Amino acid sequence: MGKGKNRGVSEINAGSMADIAFLLLIFFLVTTTIAEDKGVLVKLPQWSEEPPPEMKLNSRNVYSVLVNAQNQLLIRGEQMRIEDLKNNTKIFIANPDKRSDMSENPQKAIISIKNDRGTKYKTYLEVYNELKAAYNELWEEAAMAKFGKNITELTNAQQKEIKDGIPLVISEAEPTKFGEEK
Amino acid sequence: MSKFKKKQGNVTPGISTASLPDIVFMLLFFFMVVTKMRDTELMVKVNTPQASELTKLEKKTLVNFIFVGRPTDKFKSKAGTKPRIQLGDKFATTDDIPLFLEKHKVSVAESQRQSIISSLKVDVDVTMGIIGDLKTSLRKAGQLKVNYSAKKRERTK
Repeated sequence: MGKGKNRGVSEINAGSMADIAFLLLIFFLVTTTIAEDKGVLVKLPQWSEEPPPEMKLNSRNVYSVLVNAQNQLLIRGEQMRIEDLKNNTKIFIANPDKRSDMSENPQKAIISIKNDRGTKYKTYLEVYNELKAAYNELWEEAAMAKFGKNITELTNAQQKEIKDGIPLVISEAEPTKFGEEK
Repeated sequence: MSKFKKKQGNVTPGISTASLPDIVFMLLFFFMVVTKMRDTELMVKVNTPQASELTKLEKKTLVNFIFVGRPTDKFKSKAGTKPRIQLGDKFATTDDIPLFLEKHKVSVAESQRQSIISSLKVDVDVTMGIIGDLKTSLRKAGQLKVNYSAKKRERTK
C-alpha cells in the first residue's frame, strides 16, 4: 500500500561472535601450557674414562652428605633434618669459630654428595637446593660486607671475585644400589 | 478524529551484550601471548619439585627438554610403571641421548653452542637410579649445563 514501508537496515546479529570467541579461547586453554622455565642450574663435571686422580684431601675440609633410599640424611656421620642442612653447611664452609674439624678456609671446603639409586628425586633436589642456598647466602653476605651492595648490583668482575673467594665445589659420587627399584 | 499514536511501551532497555565478544577476545589474546603450544604430548607424569635457588632459562632456542617420570595411565600398559625418559614425542633410553642432543645442536648457531642448556623436567617420585644414568650419558656427550626444572618456593630460614 503506497510507499513501501521503510525497512530499517537490519543489523548483523552479533550474538554468535561471543560463541566463536569462547570456542577459540577454550581451544587455546586446552592446547597450551604456561611454560615453566625456571630451575636449579647445575654444572656437571667433565666425563673422563679414568677414575679421578686421588687427591690428598684433609677430611676436615670435606663435608660429606649421604642420602639413603629412605630419603634420610647423614651429614658427616650424624643424622640431620633437611631444614638444618643449609645453616650447618654455611657454618662448615665459613668456619667462624676456627674449629679444627671444619674447613681450613672457604677455598678448601669441598662438599661431597652420595645418594642411593632408590633415593627419591624430590629429596635429592631438596638437598642440592639447600647446599646451593648455603653458597648463595654466603655470597650475598660477602658481597654486603665487601662492597656494601646487594650481590645482584655488582659488576660481573666483582661477582666473580666473591665467588672465587668461596668457590662452589660439590662433588657427586657413584650412587649405592641398596634401594634400587626392582 | 485525531489519531492517538500509541505511545511506545516504556520498556527498560535490556543489557547490551555487544561488548561480550570484546571481553572474550581480550582473554583470548592474553592466553595467546602468555602460553606456548604444547608441541609434544606428555607421556610421562611430571610433577616438578619445589626449590628456592632458581635461575630463569633465557633463550628457549638454546634449551632442549628431557622429561623423566612414570608413564601416564594411558601408556602404562605399553611402558610399565618404572620411571622412563621421554625425548621429544617418544620414550627413549640413555642410549638415545647423544643423538637427541646432536639433533638439537645442529639447529643452533655455531657460536652459541656452548650456551646450550638441557632442562630436566623430572617428577618428584622418580628414583635416582635413572637420573644418575641420565647424567652420566649427558656428561659423556659433553652436555654439562643442566637445569633441574622446579617451582618457586621461599628459602628455608
